[in-house]
Amino acid sequence: MKDSSPLIAIVDYGAGNLHSVTRAVEKAGGTPLITDVPEDLAKADGIILPGVGSAKSAMDFLVEKHIDQEILNQVDRGKPLFGICLGMQLLFGENEEGPTKGLSILPGRVALLRGRTKVPHMGWNSLNIIRQNPLLEGVEEGSYVYFVHSYHVVVDQEPDIVVSTTDYEGAIVSTVARGNVLGTQFHPEKSGDIGIHMYENFMRIVRGEVPIT
Amino acid sequence: MLTKRVIPCMDVKDGKVVKNYQYFTPLPDAGDPVELASIYNAQGADELMFLDITASVEGRKLIIDLVNRTANEIFIPLTVAGGISSVEDMHRVLRAGADKVAINTAAAWNPDLITAGAERFGSQCIVVAIDAKKETDDWYVYTHGGRKPTGKRAVDWAREAQDRGAGEILLTSIDRDGTGEGYDLDLLDIVASAVSIPVIASGGASTPDHFVEAIQHGADAVLAASMFHYGHYTVSQAKKRMSECGIPVRL
Repeated sequence: MKDSSPLIAIVDYGAGNLHSVTRAVEKAGGTPLITDVPEDLAKADGIILPGVGSAKSAMDFLVEKHIDQEILNQVDRGKPLFGICLGMQLLFGENEEGPTKGLSILPGRVALLRGRTKVPHMGWNSLNIIRQNPLLEGVEEGSYVYFVHSYHVVVDQEPDIVVSTTDYEGAIVSTVARGNVLGTQFHPEKSGDIGIHMYENFMRIVRGEVPIT
Repeated sequence: MLTKRVIPCMDVKDGKVVKNYQYFTPLPDAGDPVELASIYNAQGADELMFLDITASVEGRKLIIDLVNRTANEIFIPLTVAGGISSVEDMHRVLRAGADKVAINTAAAWNPDLITAGAERFGSQCIVVAIDAKKETDDWYVYTHGGRKPTGKRAVDWAREAQDRGAGEILLTSIDRDGTGEGYDLDLLDIVASAVSIPVIASGGASTPDHFVEAIQHGADAVLAASMFHYGHYTVSQAKKRMSECGIPVRL
């Protein structure tokens, strides 16, 4: 059973709505487990860090509940981790929102979207796919996905972790990946069929059906 | 490139979609909101809005149920407007599966609600709905469905809402709403240029060309109810027209 419907821990920061992430996991064939206890992360086949709330309160919550350390442990063991929106930003280090410091799993920092006509960047925007990754398998160049964010990830070193960018009066990082660690700045659970397809891709990664790069 | 959004709005009363503005002949029963939502989704709607015009407690429960059922089926952003007057009200609809709440009357009379909502759920959740009416020299904010003046200038209130943490402004022209004559473009001009958060144009659209005009006058998204509800145009037809006019849309 575990192989056919992987258990996906969805980390609950106590901040917001996890309804759509939960339903998207189900739709993609996974079994969602909304949780704020470290033991559940160990038990799960894959982990999702969703995108709700603010960076500082989310990090404070993860530290207080000792979830931050458990995420790092599980990632070290090769468990797939998928950060969405704020969840992707938390994969990085220095974060202007708060300010705070994220999990520092990936090299880079988080900065306010500056110099744009409108902030937040809100709505459907397209993906410029830079390199192949199992998360975007079957996703066409130029596909539209739904964004809503005021901060963005800046990758100074290791440009190879950037899988896609999106043009918003300048390029912003929209998908990142390094091995078992994946992230999207957009919300696949709000991006219609193409977003559900990305969740299905994540399930394939969790099941070990595709090699992670 | 970021596309301009088309948002069909469904006016919901006691769990059913209704539409009875003065200009149009109301349909006796427009049916199930979830079914209509999935039709709009299939046509390429970028987001959906439910405007709850229920007055009864029973009706309020029904909107929670239909938000839940819609969010189970449709994976695009969903906003709930109407009757939201506390952080607890926001929490209820967000927990049911809505992505955003639009607050209007309650925000105008209690601006702290914007701040409290943004702090608790994030600015991206909080849409401030402004119903504006033209008076001799300027546009002013009205509440209670356009009956009660607040004395605030629309442009000042939009700026204040932004400063208090609103993520978006839903700007409705009371003068144009239900007329089918198109959005109030002068109103859009002044509000859209005064704020740096997205502005949704509302009130008066009856053809896709009205969408085009609104975007050209600074709107980031366009909202319409009757135009889609009565089947005069589909969402896809409207977006096709916008694209022909050089407006970036998700087709």
